[in-house]
Amino acid sequence: MLGVRKKLSQEQKLAWVGVLFVLPAVILFVISVLIPLIQAFYMSLFDWSTIREAKKFIFFKNYIDMFHDPKFIKSVAVTIMWTVGVVPTIIFLSLMLALILNMKSLRFKGLFRTIYFVPVVTNMVAASFVWRWLFEPSHGVINYFLSLLNLPQPGWLADPQWALPAMMVVGVWKQIGFAMVIFLAGLQTIPRDMFEAAYIDGASGLTMLRKITLPLLNPTIVFTSVMLVINAFRVFTIPYVMSAGGFTYGEPGGPLDSTRVFVIHIYDYGFRQFELGYASANAFFLLLVILIVTVLQFKILEKPFEY
Amino acid sequence: MNIKEGVYLVEAKRTNPLLLAFAYGILIVGSIWMLLPLVWMTSAAFKPMSEIIQVPPTWIPKHFTLDNIKQVFEQVPFARYFLNSIITTTVIVFSVLLTSTMAGYGFAKFNFKGKRILFLFILSSLMIPFQVRMIPLYQISQQFGIIDTYIGVVFPWLFDAMGVFLMHQFMLTIPNELIEAARIDGASEVRIFFTIVLPQLKSAISTLTIFTFSWSWEEFLWPLIISNSDRVRTLPVGLQYFSEQYGINIHWQMAGAFVAVLPVLIVFFIMQKQFVEGITLTGMKG
Repeated sequence: MLGVRKKLSQEQKLAWVGVLFVLPAVILFVISVLIPLIQAFYMSLFDWSTIREAKKFIFFKNYIDMFHDPKFIKSVAVTIMWTVGVVPTIIFLSLMLALILNMKSLRFKGLFRTIYFVPVVTNMVAASFVWRWLFEPSHGVINYFLSLLNLPQPGWLADPQWALPAMMVVGVWKQIGFAMVIFLAGLQTIPRDMFEAAYIDGASGLTMLRKITLPLLNPTIVFTSVMLVINAFRVFTIPYVMSAGGFTYGEPGGPLDSTRVFVIHIYDYGFRQFELGYASANAFFLLLVILIVTVLQFKILEKPFEY
Repeated sequence: MNIKEGVYLVEAKRTNPLLLAFAYGILIVGSIWMLLPLVWMTSAAFKPMSEIIQVPPTWIPKHFTLDNIKQVFEQVPFARYFLNSIITTTVIVFSVLLTSTMAGYGFAKFNFKGKRILFLFILSSLMIPFQVRMIPLYQISQQFGIIDTYIGVVFPWLFDAMGVFLMHQFMLTIPNELIEAARIDGASEVRIFFTIVLPQLKSAISTLTIFTFSWSWEEFLWPLIISNSDRVRTLPVGLQYFSEQYGINIHWQMAGAFVAVLPVLIVFFIMQKQFVEGITLTGMKG
């Protein structure tokens, strides 16, 4: 009897020790995640502006207004264009690079891997500066290359039609190495004897790619795609730095809102126009979209794939 | 034909010279793309303005100068930005390491009521983008008067759900017997944690360190919002502020970018393996 009680108290003591160990993280979680999240939702139900000094409960009106706001529609369109332009390109290029770097007889593998990873560790603001200047219409290196090839030389960042594509080049440049490294790791988990068996059966390289490599790599491709899609929804630094300031002294999201990605949209309402309630509603819309994508990811990954 | 021969043939087949040449071609063209901005930035950092805007561009500076680098430090409080970045990043890395290892240990090796739900709760914050929290976080900062202070810059980042999750997974691999034996020997819980548990996790800790360091050094949006003066502007924000003020001075911007990029690049070249591991852990940050 005495022994049981002693054991119980030992267990209780250890439970308390465990609580103390997780406590700092839990407190910080509450302060920096939970409370702000609840407050964001609360604010999204208000006409809340620090400039107009308004704070009026309007229920879901912000959410309804959103869909009639041309800026919201524009920024959703820009973000979708960014995602559709950047994510498949990264997947295609990095997959190709990973397959190449996985070739047995290729040399300088380490060197190439390092080169492709350099953009990942290059500070994004600094890199965006440099790209902005490379895309400069009359003095930039890119238009110089195009002129050598006798190709038309667009105004890039100054032209609403070309500003977003120019930024997409940078978005792809930044993330290729990251996706490539993940694919390389994925490729290395595929057992070699599968290829050997296929080879003995007389399969060509292309068949092996289609029937073995891609199906086995499928979960990795889905995982990476979702990660890249979420990153694309949240892109900020590249379009901000490449549109705001600089030698053109532009506005973030410019020219003519042609690069107003969704986070610039939230930033613009929240921290330039101080429409906190409306900005919060927009932010919650982003959260909802990201949650849906994440849930879809789990649904797809749960499904057993066939090969 | 036995398997050995098959292996040999697969290898032999892969050396198709045409395919190989094509592969090298793609790799080299891609490499030029990857390195173009860095090469151009390095070159421009040491050129006078007149040479930067010259068409066709010169790759190796004709009029080599160190003036841009000097001007960046004289005209812009660049050293201060650098120091601010180092201070805030250090605090964030240290706090994330401590809270993640502690919480990971608590969740993996102890039993208490509500543990599972709490753990799931914390993990769920992985799905909540920072952009949803930034407006309330700014308001909280206003209420506590920590706008434009170091505390303001670091406080949303002191804890990282990813770190907790990672450490939890690694903690599970530590045998319970090890901890219990120490307990029977009369070691205190704090001592067990620091002298027995943590040393088992060296590689996980170094991975988390690099992962946290990379994204917090890069973090742009929050420091942009929370800082109003050069006192707390971090490197990325300082660079951008500078470009918004003196957009015309491309030569200084390039020198600034060069100085900002160089240290991280050097660390990357030295600790490449850890970097790749650390960053590919998740590309979700940022």
